Amino acid sequence: MPETIEIVVNGERRGVPDGTTLLGLLAALDLDARAVVVEHNRRIVRRPGLGDVRIGPGDSIELVHFVGGG
Amino acid sequence: MATAVDLVRDTPFTIGGRTFHSRLMVGTGKYSDAAAMVRAVQASGAEIVTVAVRRIDLDRRRPESVLHHLDPGRYFLLANTAGCYTAEDAIRYARLGREAGFNEFVKLEVIGDEETLLPDVQGLLEATKVLVREGFTVLAYTNEDLVTALRLEAAGAAAVMPLASPIGSGLGLLHPLWVRTIKRRLAVPVVVDAGVGTASDACLTMEQGVDGILMNTAIAQARDPALMAHAMRLAVEAGRAAFRAGRMPKRDVALPSSPTDGMLD
Repeated sequence: MPETIEIVVNGERRGVPDGTTLLGLLAALDLDARAVVVEHNRRIVRRPGLGDVRIGPGDSIELVHFVGGG
Repeated sequence: MATAVDLVRDTPFTIGGRTFHSRLMVGTGKYSDAAAMVRAVQASGAEIVTVAVRRIDLDRRRPESVLHHLDPGRYFLLANTAGCYTAEDAIRYARLGREAGFNEFVKLEVIGDEETLLPDVQGLLEATKVLVREGFTVLAYTNEDLVTALRLEAAGAAAVMPLASPIGSGLGLLHPLWVRTIKRRLAVPVVVDAGVGTASDACLTMEQGVDGILMNTAIAQARDPALMAHAMRLAVEAGRAAFRAGRMPKRDVALPSSPTDGMLD
């Protein structure tokens, strides 16, 4: 069993298994990668690269989408 | 003889190299529910529809993405940077919006004051320069200050968006002179953004000669949003046609419309 590391997703602390990729995180959160924009430590990671980026301890991740606005 | 089509034919409404038919742009916020929003957007006839970039609610308490309700193939989604108080934040939101979206357009807002939601013009200029360099088509929300509008144009903004009155206030067009002046002095399109309250406001705004109007609250907070959206569509068209037609001069005394000769003894 991999160790659990602590990260911050959308401002909230969460634990994920060490070695989790950004794509893996989206899957664990039941989010469709096509409908989400991922910012990893302030850097946007495009869809094709999500599976290549491993999440490290203390990483900050923002998952955003479009909502109604003026 | 001119046909009806000739009479209504207008110069194209082009921003950043893209041409649109409707001069009314609408926001998608503050609706009671998604169905009401969709009905209103449809009734408005708008092609450009604004959206905001926000965190996904991981607990699914907040509504889903607006893309569930608006077909991006049918509407031109314009991401905004609403809620940003620094150039840095606005740039960050703009980049996220471009990534989420379908085009390089951004409705750039850098807010300087919470009560009035007036823009921070220094931050706005700074963010405009950076985003233009990054290839964005920047539509800059600003106040009715001509000098700022000129600087935004010089900084590469594709359109300048002076307010009619504060965002969400519904106070209508407070300074027709300054909006008219901005339109007269700028080469890029001028789209009035914010403050329109009802159809007559929209008509009066278009009569100043501006290229278009963006509104949200006036429609979303009407008792019947779809009906108000319809009214706004007509008002924008009417105001535009009236501007192009050229109004009669005002005079302080009456002038009869019927002949003064041929009267009976």
